[in-house]
Amino acid sequence: MIALLIRDLRLAFRAGGGFGLGLGFFLILAVLVPLGVGPDPVTLGIIAPGILWVGALLACLLSLDRLFALDHEDGSLDLLATSPIPLEGVVAVKALAHWGTTGLPLALAAPVLGILLNLPGAAYATLMLSLILGTPALSMIGAFGAALTVGLKRGGLLLSLLVLPMYMPTLVFGAQAVTRAAQGLDPTTPLVLLAGITAGSTALLPFAAAFALRINLR
Amino acid sequence: MELRVTDLACARGGLPLIEGLSFTVAGGEALVLRGPNGSGKTTLLRTLAGLQPALSGEISCPPEQMTYAAHADGLKATLSVAENLSFWAAIHGQRDIAPALDAMNLADLAERPAQSLSAGQKRRLGLARLLVTGRWLWVLDEPTVSLDADSVALFAAVVRGHLAQGGAALMATHIDLGLAEARVLELAPYKAGLPADLGFDEAFL
Repeated sequence: MIALLIRDLRLAFRAGGGFGLGLGFFLILAVLVPLGVGPDPVTLGIIAPGILWVGALLACLLSLDRLFALDHEDGSLDLLATSPIPLEGVVAVKALAHWGTTGLPLALAAPVLGILLNLPGAAYATLMLSLILGTPALSMIGAFGAALTVGLKRGGLLLSLLVLPMYMPTLVFGAQAVTRAAQGLDPTTPLVLLAGITAGSTALLPFAAAFALRINLR
Repeated sequence: MELRVTDLACARGGLPLIEGLSFTVAGGEALVLRGPNGSGKTTLLRTLAGLQPALSGEISCPPEQMTYAAHADGLKATLSVAENLSFWAAIHGQRDIAPALDAMNLADLAERPAQSLSAGQKRRLGLARLLVTGRWLWVLDEPTVSLDADSVALFAAVVRGHLAQGGAALMATHIDLGLAEARVLELAPYKAGLPADLGFDEAFL
């Protein structure tokens, strides 16, 4: 399984691997929003938590359809399914690799982009923490969606539609945590709920995704 | 070690293709599947490999003892030949890829990215993967596609070496590998009856 993780990370960092895709999108969004909304610091400060979380979510979504589709196209998925590694483990490892190349860099870059959006100073730690707690759920839920649509040509649109409703709780609690911190309130409750979503999806969705993959491989 | 298939029926896209098929392959044996396009060779091999369920019948050997090689080689274009092979070796708990590289004449290409290989070289790399899985039964779907005559002979020697070590091979192929000892199984007699109005659809294959 470690070999699979290393391979996926290596592929992501090689040319055309899509490592910069989510991060670039996130950066573009954070640069463009102040230009579109106007330079008023108060307005920007109010919308910053939501914009940052929506941006992180969409950036995650951007690279999801490659998660299993590439392995399906070149036949690796068939071979992985017949390998000694359980398919549930394959799903979990690939979701972890996806998080490591999208969610984690997004969480690390978010404070810098928070400055561009005039995020209140009290919220930076919560912003990073909420993204680190919440983005694994985005990758895991996304892996489930990608497993459902793996056999489809151009399944990206269907994938987005399937995944978006499942992303909503994560977005609501994530943005809420940052908003509360920005207003000087205690963000613990939404953070705990966020961690709960991540723990629950990590525990359950590998099994659901592996089941979907088995059906799609037939 | 023996694979025993009893009264197997399998379907592709919900359409029954093969029924009443029984055969055995023991260690040291090679069995070649023959049949016209659409006779269900790929479907049979995928069923044996555990990628799809059989409609009915029994397969004595669990998929964990087989390794499946299909039309697609499962190569990553941006990884080198050695990296691709090392990955599959690690997945199967093996370390040493040098014998496999030598056997398929890939040692000189080890550092090349897979995207710069020719179709035949890619195929050879895909087949080298069989050697690093450490499994006794090879389930091969058209293993010789895009191989030249020399590479076919090379691969035949690799298969023969595998059989000599007590392994077995089950392959669907149209060309003669020069494996004199291989038995041939014609699939045509086991063709499942189709509903009259449905006819034959190549898109299912």
